[in-house]
Amino acid sequence: MTVYMKLIFEKSVDGRRSFEIPESDVGVKGQISAKYLRKDPAALPEITELEFVRHFTQLSRRNYCIDTHFYPLGSCTMKYNPKFCEKVAALSGMAELHPLLPQLRKGELLTQGALAVLFEMENILCEITGMDHYTMQPLAGAHGELTGVMMIAAYHKQKGNKKRYILVADSAHGTNPATAAIAGYEIITIPSTDKGVMDLEALKAQITPEVAGLMITNPSTVGIFDTDIDQIAELVHSVDGLMYYDGANLNAILGRCRPGDIGFDVMHLNVHKTFSTPHGGGGPGAGPVGVNKKLAKYLPISRVVKRDDGLFALDYDYPDSIGYVAALYGNFALLLRAYAYILHLGKEGLIEASNHAVLNANYLMAKLKSHYQVAYDRICMHEVVFSASRQAARGVHAIDVAKYLIDHDVHPPTVYFPMTVKEAIMIEPTENESKQTLDDFIAKMIAADELSKKDPESFHNFPQTMPVSRPDEVKAARELNTNYFQKLFPTAKHNIQKMSSPNVLIGDPRRDSSQREPNGR
Amino acid sequence: MLSTIGAKSIDDLFVDIKPSQRPKSFNVPTGKSEMEVVEHIRRLAKQNRDDLTLFIGGGYYDHYVPAAVSALISRAEFYTAYTPYQPECSQGTLQALYEYQSSICSLTGMEVANASIYDGGTALYEAVMMAIRITGRKRIIMDGGVSPIYRTILRTYTKNLDIEFVETAVSHGQADRAAIAQHFNEDTAAVILQNPNFFGAIDDHSDIIAEAHAKGILTIASVYPIALALLKTPGEMGADIVTGEGQSLGLSLNFGGPYLGFMATKKEFIRKMPGRIVAETTDASGRRCFVNTLQAREQHIRREKATSNICTNVSLCAVQASMFMSLLGKEGLRNLAQLNLDKAEYCRQLLEKIPGVTVKRSSPTFNEFTVSLNKDASRVIEAMIAKGFAAGFPLGRYYEGMENYMIVAVTEKRTRQEIERYAAALQEVLNDSKV
Repeated sequence: MTVYMKLIFEKSVDGRRSFEIPESDVGVKGQISAKYLRKDPAALPEITELEFVRHFTQLSRRNYCIDTHFYPLGSCTMKYNPKFCEKVAALSGMAELHPLLPQLRKGELLTQGALAVLFEMENILCEITGMDHYTMQPLAGAHGELTGVMMIAAYHKQKGNKKRYILVADSAHGTNPATAAIAGYEIITIPSTDKGVMDLEALKAQITPEVAGLMITNPSTVGIFDTDIDQIAELVHSVDGLMYYDGANLNAILGRCRPGDIGFDVMHLNVHKTFSTPHGGGGPGAGPVGVNKKLAKYLPISRVVKRDDGLFALDYDYPDSIGYVAALYGNFALLLRAYAYILHLGKEGLIEASNHAVLNANYLMAKLKSHYQVAYDRICMHEVVFSASRQAARGVHAIDVAKYLIDHDVHPPTVYFPMTVKEAIMIEPTENESKQTLDDFIAKMIAADELSKKDPESFHNFPQTMPVSRPDEVKAARELNTNYFQKLFPTAKHNIQKMSSPNVLIGDPRRDSSQREPNGR
Repeated sequence: MLSTIGAKSIDDLFVDIKPSQRPKSFNVPTGKSEMEVVEHIRRLAKQNRDDLTLFIGGGYYDHYVPAAVSALISRAEFYTAYTPYQPECSQGTLQALYEYQSSICSLTGMEVANASIYDGGTALYEAVMMAIRITGRKRIIMDGGVSPIYRTILRTYTKNLDIEFVETAVSHGQADRAAIAQHFNEDTAAVILQNPNFFGAIDDHSDIIAEAHAKGILTIASVYPIALALLKTPGEMGADIVTGEGQSLGLSLNFGGPYLGFMATKKEFIRKMPGRIVAETTDASGRRCFVNTLQAREQHIRREKATSNICTNVSLCAVQASMFMSLLGKEGLRNLAQLNLDKAEYCRQLLEKIPGVTVKRSSPTFNEFTVSLNKDASRVIEAMIAKGFAAGFPLGRYYEGMENYMIVAVTEKRTRQEIERYAAALQEVLNDSKV
């Protein structure tokens, strides 16, 4: 095995120090009896601060990111993260505020600014999405989904409804069925038509009194707005089912359509998509959940309210609430960034954002559809899905096109998702990219297509310009080295008796996937 | 661009949205300039009391964040990247997460860790779900020393997800062995223990864990990572799943988030663990590299059969914690923990001399401890605010009958002078007949 960049542990030299812990100024030594102490110190690295800085700077240079590369990762809305949002989040009055202060007696007085942000966000998000109330507590989109589906379950339980199923579109993000299963529902998948929208006849066949609700993105993950959403809502509501809107694709329709106006009862937002908070290499995000009046009383506590005296406060007095879904008030520093972003863009800016996101996606479709099979040849919304089927016939698959793009200074689009499109290449350019950037990308995509005709074999060696080429994922799963120190552990089994494990909640994927894996959001 | 598309106007691109589907209103305020927005939020920030000297903890601690950590985590290559789906152009995030997993394993004494859960509370919920998956049982026992904040979260999920939840009686000392063991039965999936517990008591849970294992019951340890630099690890005690709140590892308080839920376990349970996991492998040329592995557990592959619905987690916070642990290093983290212990001990000694204050000494403690007062603690804390201190967290907020109790946290940031002024202020407040 060749090592080009050492792990930080491999740079460690005994006795090296960096950050200095000051000498104690209190003159007493705290003692804990030896029986409560660990045998050996944690094997953390010993390096100098300069080595530390170089290590992480070098690591950072091994990433593509929005600030360095075009990053059209479909369904992930990789828009520019404005720097002023980082600036406001770093204000000490926000960043250094202890979360338990408002829980002290009259403690709300200590955090009026922070509570104001949460309260105003609720109002603004209600207006943007047409919902009646919001909770800011969910810590990511999927966490918002679970919050929403638990509220759906609470609604049915209180009404005495006997419900068993959640309907999910076949093009849905994996989080939708995963969430509904955890909340105790069985999943019925509704197929899409060849037009990329939900198959209404198939839906009708599944509408029974046992349907608890339906989860859908609109526009869907294939980037198409489902005009039949009124009928879908009517069908689901006809059996007292509830409509869940997955806000992952809201960036397409800001100011053009609001989920609350078209029949949705509950929804989540991904602030790291629509409202531009940084994705952080896989989070943190935030997943505020909005509801209409039907579900308002089930919202998590605590809730931020404005009292008659004009002061903001936390309110816990909601007896039908599902309770706390997280410890505190949500990922506040992300919500604050989103708040700043929305205030800056304002009404016109939000509408413009969606206009440009949709314009850019349609421009890419128009320019590329003679080279790549477009999944649905019609106007799209904020993202366009191609299939690399023509290239695949030449032996060049979607993943190969993706790796080609890495060598040409582009972060690849999402590939192999949605699963309803074979060899899917899902491109979401976002509103921030200029025509020049798009044209440059188009030229690269066309060049990849040309090369697939001339020299399909060459694709298997891409990428070549990165620190590493394609990793052996089978080996990763087989050898399962996930901890540098694992060699220190004996291989002996633990003394837990073997338990039968029929999986009560969810299935047991006791297999490693060596097939190509789709890139979700 | 429109003509290339074959559209006359932008509106042509939105024809699928019928007139009846257009917004009933969209009264979002008009946009403001960057300067105006920053000024507006600066004014709001001034309405927050970040000037208080913090002796409040409750699971969230006022630790110092070294400048080098703040500087490196602010590199856009880390914070404006997405989940590392394309490993060749994401080795920075992937290697950083592998290093994070390794440091968490070393700190907790466990074999494997994931790349993060949202926060300490949700990590504990995910651990509960994991224990249920492993054992096929649906009953969870929670020790009375587990954070009441986590307790309320778990109640939400157990109530809505059909899980039996047994909570043992609360006391401010070490875990009540008999009270826990009496609930052990064949339906029990796991027992949850916290160290140090919410009241600050340090414990060695080895005996409870052994007894649980004898009945096929798993143990979930919820821990405070800074304390683990000194304390017997959950791995040494035999715990099966370890979770905790990683905020203290170099993350700002941020009024509640984003924080870091960490999770570690035994290797035999890795396939039951939720969340992303990074593994070492090699590329076509035999060069070491890192990838997301065991993705067949995850929702984007397995959909309704996934181990969890988690997708976006808190990778950036995990990398930040990894930076913090690496910068402090082996000795640094220990010294930091010892300094916390020393300052807390000094504070305890000063408080003990104040008439009307009783410091609970029945169990060893780390940097947070329980005191009882001769007055209502929430009123005392309110009066202390006027003197510039967030004096502690009142236990009456969660526990009936503990209205005169509070927990006091003392981190490395508290100077001798601050601790002395705090003790003097507390004495004044306790002497004040109006409080």
